[in-house]
Amino acid sequence: MSDDIVLETRNLTKHYGGVQALNNANFTLRKGEHVAIMGDNGAGKSTFVRQITGVEQRTSGDIIFDGKPVHFTGPIDAREAGIEAVFQTLALADHLDVPDNLFLGREKTKFDWLGPFRLLDYKAMRNDTLAALDRTGVKIPNIKNTIERMSGGQRQCVAIARTASFASKLTIMDEPTAALGVQETAQVENIIRTLKEQGEPLILVSHNMRQVMDLVDRIVVFRRGRICADLRKEETDGNDVVAYITGAKTGKGFEDAA
Amino acid sequence: MADTTQGTGGLTFDKSKRSWPNELNILLALIIIIAVFEAIGQLAPYMNGQSFLFDTKDRFDSIFNEARLQIIILQVAIIGIIALGVTQVIITAGIDLSSGPLVAATAMIAMSFAQVGEVNGFPNPKALFGPWAMDLPVIVPVVIGLAFGAVIGIINGTFIAYFRIPPFIATLGMFLFCRGIALWWSGGNPVSFPTDAYAWIGSGMMPVVWFVALAIIFQLIMSYTVYGKHTYAIGSNEEAARMSGINVRRHKVLVYMIASMLAAFAGIVLSSKAVTAQAGMGEFYELFAIAMAVIGGISLQGGRGSIIGTVLGAMVLGVIRSGFTYIKLDGSYQLMAMGAIIVAAVILDQYRQRNRA
Repeated sequence: MSDDIVLETRNLTKHYGGVQALNNANFTLRKGEHVAIMGDNGAGKSTFVRQITGVEQRTSGDIIFDGKPVHFTGPIDAREAGIEAVFQTLALADHLDVPDNLFLGREKTKFDWLGPFRLLDYKAMRNDTLAALDRTGVKIPNIKNTIERMSGGQRQCVAIARTASFASKLTIMDEPTAALGVQETAQVENIIRTLKEQGEPLILVSHNMRQVMDLVDRIVVFRRGRICADLRKEETDGNDVVAYITGAKTGKGFEDAA
Repeated sequence: MADTTQGTGGLTFDKSKRSWPNELNILLALIIIIAVFEAIGQLAPYMNGQSFLFDTKDRFDSIFNEARLQIIILQVAIIGIIALGVTQVIITAGIDLSSGPLVAATAMIAMSFAQVGEVNGFPNPKALFGPWAMDLPVIVPVVIGLAFGAVIGIINGTFIAYFRIPPFIATLGMFLFCRGIALWWSGGNPVSFPTDAYAWIGSGMMPVVWFVALAIIFQLIMSYTVYGKHTYAIGSNEEAARMSGINVRRHKVLVYMIASMLAAFAGIVLSSKAVTAQAGMGEFYELFAIAMAVIGGISLQGGRGSIIGTVLGAMVLGVIRSGFTYIKLDGSYQLMAMGAIIVAAVILDQYRQRNRA
């Protein structure tokens, strides 16, 4: 196994009762690489993401992250290991402002001997928030605004800025623009480009062919719980990918998924 | 390529709405209510031009009617202490119904360790325990009372957070259980004749001192500590709080523990003020404490509100109570008015939230 592999799954399998949602998925992600996961509804994309991020426990198979086999018992485990995920449900606290949400559960504090009553270092969190928003290119008029007063796009940006503001080894986004308008989508895509420039690896689950072709290096297609193709962007096009998604074609080396 | 990051993303941002905190609305309501009572006093023929707020005697040392102001705040101070804890519970989207009976149970338990051995040269006629429990230092009943409150709070919190019993049910059970403890503790007899030190805790304006001091402490805690931030986060979006790595269950237990300790402290202050403890004490206190929080703008959906709001809510209830006595309407009207005001406060608040969203 080469040193530049960030994430590898071997025969990753998930059954829900008798339903085989994910079957022997072998997947690799290299340093700095942006990979899209595509597929029809129910193809196993979100299931795959949920196994990697520890939201669910796999039935069988191995996950090797950062060179070591991992067994995450929950999303917090995965985050501590360096996997930051933006889920379709954004996991933001509506009544808190931007810095509060960015630092929720990992606040910067003073007087730590006070235990749960240790003081919040608002100034440091505010400065770090501004730096993180600057780095990701997110523009929010007023970071003291609470989430409930923000548009869907801004909320999404806050959720993404949160993943990008901590030194993560891998970012996973599950359909980050599914509910957004054109302008908001563009803003999210700009953040993804910024991550690419900074060499941070990304797994992007998306239905949006134009977006995928714009943003990623490689496209992995899921069909009926199996990976059925692994395509370099330069060697494929939209019609080709659709053919794999619908089952008209099956990639070399993935014949058992046909 | 155009710089799409400049887009406001459909945000309608109104700075004027942002900078108008909820607490100011309650303060405004409080001022209006006081003004109405003042006007009735000045204008209604049967009131003979009395003033609700101002000093009408010919004195030069004061502008306000201090006696009335003191009574207003004194009569809400003890329930106010409970409301400080209930506020925190409601911010987590919970509820605590057990505080009233907990006040009674704690009053009984604490008082029984605060009794004097001799009254006017005779053995204390209300002594619950033997001589070993007489004339103890005041720290003993206070610590025992607070520890009892902490245990009740931990039980509440554990049922709610770990066994997933709805807060309404868990604390309803505790409501009955604590009333039972209060009755069982002395077989229904009052426990009286505390030491001077214990009687000092609730003497004169001391309940107000405790209420104000605790309100300041908890306002600071809620605004500036991790405890406060996590309490708001849990009420705002419990799932997000859990995903962010907050130990939601342990935190909830802590919140219920603090709330019950505040209610226990209110029981200590109340029994000290009354110089006796009786099993029937604190009736409806839990509901008035919840009312103070609700009038103070604490959302029962969680995540929203502040200790200052609850203090103002307490003042609104105090002013209404004092005001109705002042305009010589009897207690039945007070209850009706309070009921109407609690509901009106929530309707106004919801209307405001909808307009803002």
